[in-house]
Amino acid sequence: MAQLTEDKLDLAPKKFNMWIFIFTSFMFFAALSSGFIVYSGGTGHGINAKMPQAFILSTIIILVSSGTMYMASKAAKGLQFDKQRLYLWLTIGLGVAFFFSQLYSWYVLVSKMGIYFSNPNASQSFIYVFTGMHLLHIIAGLLLLANTLYRSYRNTPQVKNLYNMQMSSIFWHFIDIIWIYLYVFLLLNQY
Amino acid sequence: MSTLAVHDHEVAHHGDDHGHHHKATFLNTYVFSQDHKMIAKQFLITGIIMAVIAMILSILFRIQLAYPDKAFPLMETLLGRFAPGGRLDSNFYLALVTIHGTIMVFFVLTAGLSGTFANLLIPLQLGVRDMASPFMNMLSYWLFLIASIVMLSSFMVQKGPASGGWTIYPPLSALPKAMPGSGMGMTLWLTSMVLFIASQLMGGINYVSTILNMRTKGMDLWKMPLTVWALFLTAVLGVLAFPVLVAGVVLLVFDRSFGTSFYLSDIVLNGSQVQPYEGGSPILFQHLFWFLGHPEVYIVIMPAMGISSEVMSVNSRKPIFGYHAMVYSLIGITVLSFIVWGHHMFVTGMNPFLGGVFMITTLIIAVPSAVKTFNWLATLWRGNIRFSAAMLFAIGMVSFFISGGLTGIFLGNATLDINLHDTYFVVAHFHLVMGSAAIFGMLAGVYHWFPKMYGRLMNEKLGYLHFWLTFIGAYLVFFPMHFMGLDGVPRRYYAFTEFESMKQWLSVNTFVTWAAIISALAQVAFLYNFFHSIFFGEKATQNPWEANTLEWTTPVERIHGNWPGEIPSVYRWPYDYSKPGAEEDFIPQTVPLSQTMSSNLPHDFEDNPAGLEAHAKWVNTQKSNEEVK
Repeated sequence: MAQLTEDKLDLAPKKFNMWIFIFTSFMFFAALSSGFIVYSGGTGHGINAKMPQAFILSTIIILVSSGTMYMASKAAKGLQFDKQRLYLWLTIGLGVAFFFSQLYSWYVLVSKMGIYFSNPNASQSFIYVFTGMHLLHIIAGLLLLANTLYRSYRNTPQVKNLYNMQMSSIFWHFIDIIWIYLYVFLLLNQY
Repeated sequence: MSTLAVHDHEVAHHGDDHGHHHKATFLNTYVFSQDHKMIAKQFLITGIIMAVIAMILSILFRIQLAYPDKAFPLMETLLGRFAPGGRLDSNFYLALVTIHGTIMVFFVLTAGLSGTFANLLIPLQLGVRDMASPFMNMLSYWLFLIASIVMLSSFMVQKGPASGGWTIYPPLSALPKAMPGSGMGMTLWLTSMVLFIASQLMGGINYVSTILNMRTKGMDLWKMPLTVWALFLTAVLGVLAFPVLVAGVVLLVFDRSFGTSFYLSDIVLNGSQVQPYEGGSPILFQHLFWFLGHPEVYIVIMPAMGISSEVMSVNSRKPIFGYHAMVYSLIGITVLSFIVWGHHMFVTGMNPFLGGVFMITTLIIAVPSAVKTFNWLATLWRGNIRFSAAMLFAIGMVSFFISGGLTGIFLGNATLDINLHDTYFVVAHFHLVMGSAAIFGMLAGVYHWFPKMYGRLMNEKLGYLHFWLTFIGAYLVFFPMHFMGLDGVPRRYYAFTEFESMKQWLSVNTFVTWAAIISALAQVAFLYNFFHSIFFGEKATQNPWEANTLEWTTPVERIHGNWPGEIPSVYRWPYDYSKPGAEEDFIPQTVPLSQTMSSNLPHDFEDNPAGLEAHAKWVNTQKSNEEVK
């Protein structure tokens, strides 16, 4: 029955929309990192610095948030709505923590390491571009999560609730993976 | 459960008592409409308005090219400070070519073409009530409209619109002080393009999702009309390529406003002001730009190809020649388009080996293009051709594609490109192959599907007038440019009188300008025909062209939800024209094979053993009946 309702509401195509959007987003980050490769290969400028430790903290936070997101989805499927809300709150909290951890990394980069955004060596500016563009995605992800949470407090039919959960968890896991990609990319290009 | 019941009701009574659910007001019917057909019309009319504006811009700079030393007082009246003393300001000349290119490539031939026909045809030809997300679809149009307004508003700023060419190469575009157009005008250009890309992504995501998920019963991918195939692959290209332009533009914005040096290095302004930038790579922008830019030209031409295929098959009363080959060549073009961007950059100091690689991939594109051309010509071959206005434009599209495509083979050569790069040869090439060809495909679509948009027909006689004047005019405009290019005349030069070597081409320029003015005037015939026919055109019947595709099974009234009652199922491919043994020369896709026993072929039952058996039985009975007689 849930499947049938989903079809009537055209939810499957809408979910597919999200997957395609993820492709566009992926292409955007692929373009930025290719841009980095072309730039540093062409000009000989590298990052020439170690990534701040705070990035490790960010990585742990976002990995855990993916876990809580998974738990929330699982709870939603099992009709345990209190648990679903709890884990959503946790995911949002971790998302916000990630945001501030990234801001702290910028602070470290600027004040401790002297790596500025406005910089003749654009390889170093790229660190800010990668993380900044990723943070924009984090904000979008947080808005999606907040929407799902808000609706889960309202009297939302389960099929819509599951749909909201799936939309936000596809996106949230995706930006988690993107961060790991970006971080590994930066680590490999430190020197 | 309750959701199910409510929605079921809506589906069952769609069309019958639609107004019962949502009150149809002027605002939600004509302005903030979520109906794909209305959005298609919005895209089309906005696209037409933008096209007219871009055409007027081109006439302005053509007048400058034809009469560089003459003053036209009227020009000053109209343009004010942009034409002091009646002569076009040289910076404004550059702004004109820039905005003409931008509007034509993006706003007319990307949004105007894909936006119109993807919105109109995908649901109608696939048997869908509306797009995957009608709301996103509406948003797509409104972002496009805002982008158009922002782009045009750059004519209102003090220093004029962006003028570094539609490719906005840095450093010219990255330094606000580099030229007047690089200031506020460039900022508006970038803002407009970001909005535009958001619009295109929303549209493209919807098109792909709708095509892959929402086709009616029986409509498998190999039963889709070529229009939908083309629009599908166009949308895929857009979804993959536009984000790359966003990346390039984001970095450009940082260079312009935040003091970074992604694209900037060793800049000296006005001979003395040394700029603080170092280490940047302007070539990086070209890579990012052309990674979008090259797929973009296929985003422009592929819908035109799809439309022409459909129109030519209908009006030749013949199946399209090589349906599968048509699809595979579209797929081939789609894939190849991502690995050829370097041919725009042969003269950037690229490694000659890399240039060779890009040259080979570029020349391989000639193969699927030639397959398509061959198939179009073979479709016409011995057909019962109906020379409707749409058909003429579709044939015109093929003509331009051939004559423009041939010069592409010259330009794809890394060595020849040293001579031809940035000359009028390039201008001639792309104006024929993607400019004129795509416009003709679009016009073919407008004439052909006008009944599905407005329930009326356009005037055929005016259509012929429009076609012949535009067709001859476009060749007269662009063909001479080949010879200018071979002589080494560069693009975007303001006054040919200033250069000894270019003076001899002034007479040709005058000729081209008059040809351009005549073909521009020919568009009045179209505009009158289009807007007049919306209100006073001859009323269309349900299937005026006797075509097979699903859109012609919808009622003439064009209701929200497209079909009253159930959506029809599909039983056959869309090109059963003049099938031997059939009663009429077309069999719509909704006619099951069981109703057309006399025209069925063993080939029709490839994956259907039961059907094949029934067919064999029927053939045997027919034979024995013959013997009895």
